[in-house]
Amino acid sequence: MPSQTIIEKLFQAHSPGDVSVEPGNIIWLDLDVRSARDFGGANVVKNYRTHYGDAPVADKDKTIFTFDLVVPPSNIPYANNQQICRTWAREQGVKVYDVNAGIGSHVALEEGLAYPGSTFVGTDSHLNILGAVGAFGQGMGDQDIAFTFKTGKTWFEVPPTMRVIIKGDLKPPCTARDLTLAVLGKLGSSGALGWAVEFYGPAIEALDLPGRITLASQVTEIGGIIGLIPPSREVLDFSRQRTGRDDVVEVYADAEAEYVATVEVDITDLEPLIACPPSPANVKPVREVAGRRIDSVFFGSCTNGRFEDFEAVAKVVKGKHIAPWVMATVVPATRDVFREMLRSGVLETLFDAGFIISNPGCGGCASGHLGMTGEGQVNISTSNRNFPGKQGAGDTYLTSPVTAAWCALQGEITAPEV
Amino acid sequence: MKETCVKGRLWVLTDPDGKLYDDIDTDMIFHNRYLHITDVDQMGQYALDNLEGWKDFAQRAQPGDVIMAGKNFGAGSSRQQAVDCFQALGLVAIVAESFGAIYKRNAINSGLPIVSIPDLEAKADAFSTGDELAVDFESGEVVLNGEKTFQAQPFSQVQMDIYQAGNLFAYGKMLGS
Repeated sequence: MPSQTIIEKLFQAHSPGDVSVEPGNIIWLDLDVRSARDFGGANVVKNYRTHYGDAPVADKDKTIFTFDLVVPPSNIPYANNQQICRTWAREQGVKVYDVNAGIGSHVALEEGLAYPGSTFVGTDSHLNILGAVGAFGQGMGDQDIAFTFKTGKTWFEVPPTMRVIIKGDLKPPCTARDLTLAVLGKLGSSGALGWAVEFYGPAIEALDLPGRITLASQVTEIGGIIGLIPPSREVLDFSRQRTGRDDVVEVYADAEAEYVATVEVDITDLEPLIACPPSPANVKPVREVAGRRIDSVFFGSCTNGRFEDFEAVAKVVKGKHIAPWVMATVVPATRDVFREMLRSGVLETLFDAGFIISNPGCGGCASGHLGMTGEGQVNISTSNRNFPGKQGAGDTYLTSPVTAAWCALQGEITAPEV
Repeated sequence: MKETCVKGRLWVLTDPDGKLYDDIDTDMIFHNRYLHITDVDQMGQYALDNLEGWKDFAQRAQPGDVIMAGKNFGAGSSRQQAVDCFQALGLVAIVAESFGAIYKRNAINSGLPIVSIPDLEAKADAFSTGDELAVDFESGEVVLNGEKTFQAQPFSQVQMDIYQAGNLFAYGKMLGS
């Protein structure tokens, strides 16, 4: 067996034994979990019925729905689509993580459905976030997913792997999000187009799981297939505990593995960063756009919706109040996150500071959810995309939760201080 | 066997600066406010209606047309509708410098022909909306107005197999799954 990168090893373990897993080769990939959400879910059901009729799915225990976008539904078309999925799931005996559960990719981690070395697909383009624990996650269209429901596998072209080495350590007030923005600024929107990415360096090794989630979630925004982060002890312990399995092991690259490119990102002198409209890769130092008056701030999304993200916000705003003209919304990623906020007092701190606190889900990240922006509105967000029209008609800037908290207090774009 | 060479009227998608449009994301192609739609026939009317300068594209496009864009066409979300809306309009091919990874899969699985021309940006001046473009999926040869020839990447084997079968489902059934 030639030397392999992480994704090559992972694919080798999920394809027939004699297959050559090399970049450019098409393989049939076994998928441990196949999922659909409320965007795309009804289309998956429609495709399934059209092409497979009433035939049972390949494995009902490996097939799930996660409703996380319009939750609970705010309009009839979404209510209809969720009900189509629910009814079909009942007929098939497939589990639904319903409108109360939270963001599907985070539920997958918490429920131990995705773990180091596993494969997981669904209709969420940020499912590659699962690279945070060294799992292969991939967003796919509704035809692809209907096909995987029936067959348990799909074709996949083995991508080349790029190596990103982070030099230097992360120091406050910078967070994993600033590191991530530095990577986006360096690589641009298509810097890893069609490639897998592996991240290395002392700052990566030191990242906690929420920080790894933040970084992995943005690989889509550099065009990458997935960003894989070699699991730390903490990640392995988390996944073993969540799966209830001791045999969860890390997948590491061979020392002689071949990379299509190696890029270094130096964060020695990193300062707080912000992605300005119109794209996540339009990254600037916060100070360059400081002083611009803002109207709203959104905290949450699969990128920065963990307890630790809100805890960092609470530290900034404790005993203070957001600017009177600012609307600030908090959306925890999952019920687990919400519970921890409730029990730790973080929720009360944020409430007292003037935040709107919503039920778990993807709300605030795309228009159609709560907290859409109007024309001319300046919105600060910890979510992952700021393409025109994504959250509404306004202008969205992407920053770390810490920077966003400072902005909410000041009512203008402000660089955080230590 | 389906035709592996198509010819159609070209739309060159240019940005507000007049350059070949890069990073056209799926919200610009098929905005998330329409994502509840599951009927493919209903999707065409919304194609590109969130792309600056191209909001009336769906009214102007004709079956048999070809579109051209820059780098990373179809970046962003996994929504199949961003492919299906062009199928609904009857487009016969999309030519770009490169495609978003998920978009590429979705197009291949739907049997919507897409081809990349490396370094298209540098050649973009040759193409204008209204030109006639012929695309040979097998050889990758792209012929402009019957005269000038450009080289695109030909279909990969799996892309051709799925295209010939019709879509991923038909292809899977041929393989016995």
